[in-house]
Amino acid sequence: MSPKKKPISSGHRAGTSRRAALRGALVSVGTLSLAGCDKLSNNASFVDVLMSAQHLSHAAQRTVAGRKAMAQEFSQADVAAHFKANGTLVPRDAEYQALQKGGFADWKLQVGGLVETPAAFTLAELRAMPARTQITRHDCVEGWSSIGKWKGVPLAHLLERVKPLPNAKYVLFRCADSMEGPSLDGRDSKYYESIDLDDAYHVQTVLAYELNDQPLPVNNGAPLRARIERQLGYKHAKYLMQIELVESFDKIRGGNGGYWEDNGYEWYAGI
Amino acid sequence: MDITAAAPPEPAQAARRFYRHRLPVRLMHWINVLCLSLLLMSGLTIFNAHPALYWGKDSSFTNPWLSITAAQMPGGVVGVTRVAGHEFVTHGVLGTSKIGPAGEWTTRAFPAWATVPSGQWLSMGRHWHFFFAWLFVINGVAYLLYALFSGHLRRNLLPTRAELKNIGRSIKDHLLFRHPTGEAAKRYNVLQNLAYLVVIFGLLPLVIVAGLAMSPRLDAVWPGWIDLLGGRQSARTLHFLAASGLLLFVVVHLFEVLISGVWNQLRSMLTGWYTVPADKEAK
Repeated sequence: MSPKKKPISSGHRAGTSRRAALRGALVSVGTLSLAGCDKLSNNASFVDVLMSAQHLSHAAQRTVAGRKAMAQEFSQADVAAHFKANGTLVPRDAEYQALQKGGFADWKLQVGGLVETPAAFTLAELRAMPARTQITRHDCVEGWSSIGKWKGVPLAHLLERVKPLPNAKYVLFRCADSMEGPSLDGRDSKYYESIDLDDAYHVQTVLAYELNDQPLPVNNGAPLRARIERQLGYKHAKYLMQIELVESFDKIRGGNGGYWEDNGYEWYAGI
Repeated sequence: MDITAAAPPEPAQAARRFYRHRLPVRLMHWINVLCLSLLLMSGLTIFNAHPALYWGKDSSFTNPWLSITAAQMPGGVVGVTRVAGHEFVTHGVLGTSKIGPAGEWTTRAFPAWATVPSGQWLSMGRHWHFFFAWLFVINGVAYLLYALFSGHLRRNLLPTRAELKNIGRSIKDHLLFRHPTGEAAKRYNVLQNLAYLVVIFGLLPLVIVAGLAMSPRLDAVWPGWIDLLGGRQSARTLHFLAASGLLLFVVVHLFEVLISGVWNQLRSMLTGWYTVPADKEAK
């Protein structure tokens, strides 16, 4: 190991072989550690350890940006010329397409689960309710951002109408769009999401029916989508059909509280 | 670990042995090695999900200042990197690369050998990134406290006025690959001091603040604070540039270690003991 103790034939050759050995060692250590990282990524208990950081992030972020802290709002001049649409752009589901053909006149938002008075609202009824308009930045988990102007009814207003029961802990959004094939094997792959009551009652959490002063386009979630302004884009469920108050989402679908969550993404998407 | 302990060293050499790195510094150094490697590589996985960088509050999709894509050319699909309007063919590394032992071609910004995990797996890249970001920051705060209260900062990291005056000589020595010997080898040299200070008080705070500025919840700490960095997409750019600066530091650091007696340097960072090169080098 120490150069002093090596039988040295010529300084130059020793240097070369040492360099070669070092390079070889580095390359094999590198390859082994990369393979190791891939192996660990497929080890459920190791991934649990990695994902435990999200609880720390959530707790820390809740401490420095409190339950009611507001996301930044922008001016009309900041609004993007074209608000990027992502995920499902046009739902292929027959039920949705029929509703779309009728201009969503037959569409109703069902609000139920752990509530005193379940109810259903038409688009016209939602439009007649108190509205909030906000210009906010949409941050996608992929890394891009887009600024848009949203108008909608605050979710808090709907919740006051249906009166959640004391054991309700989460608001679940059920959507119209199937994510994997048009449910060929009968398996439900419809988009869904969930948020806690802090976000549900947050002032900026609205169910939007307008984007940039126009009726919400199909690409962006017509007729109604959620805006959860302090979390990443995948929490902002589009093509809303049903809102359900639940105590836990452990037994719902993959048990992780959302379509992307069931595919490995964090439930808490404030980071 | 300490090889020189096995055989009694020559008296001259024994006298030149010097306890250079204390245990906390060594420990925190190797935690940094682990964290920084994993953060850089999982960061590239996250970058690959949208391989373009912008300045400003949101993404002007048509006009990124940096983008790594694959373009259809007459000869087939070719990796292309665009930086500030200039286009470079980066086939085989950026934009297009071979994956695995089978050598299959894929279109992805950074190649599989540079990312953790090696596949295009954004959610897993995020899990690695955020876990090791916490560890890295905790380790960094511990280091700062240690450096402040143990005297490490004052004694070893801050250059003296005399050293700063002689910076020209230090630059010349570095360019000629001349390394300090004797007493001088027991201290960080002035360029080394400045590099460490830029990393500790410049690049690391920037990479952390710009990283936090990308979090939509932390945006709400004080609405508008992200504009101090130029907006969220500028923050993403600054995070990338600061990380690139850290990578550059690591490359130079490794180069200096390799050319200044790699085993001696490695031993001193593992056991603390460094053999001070004699004043007159035999070379």
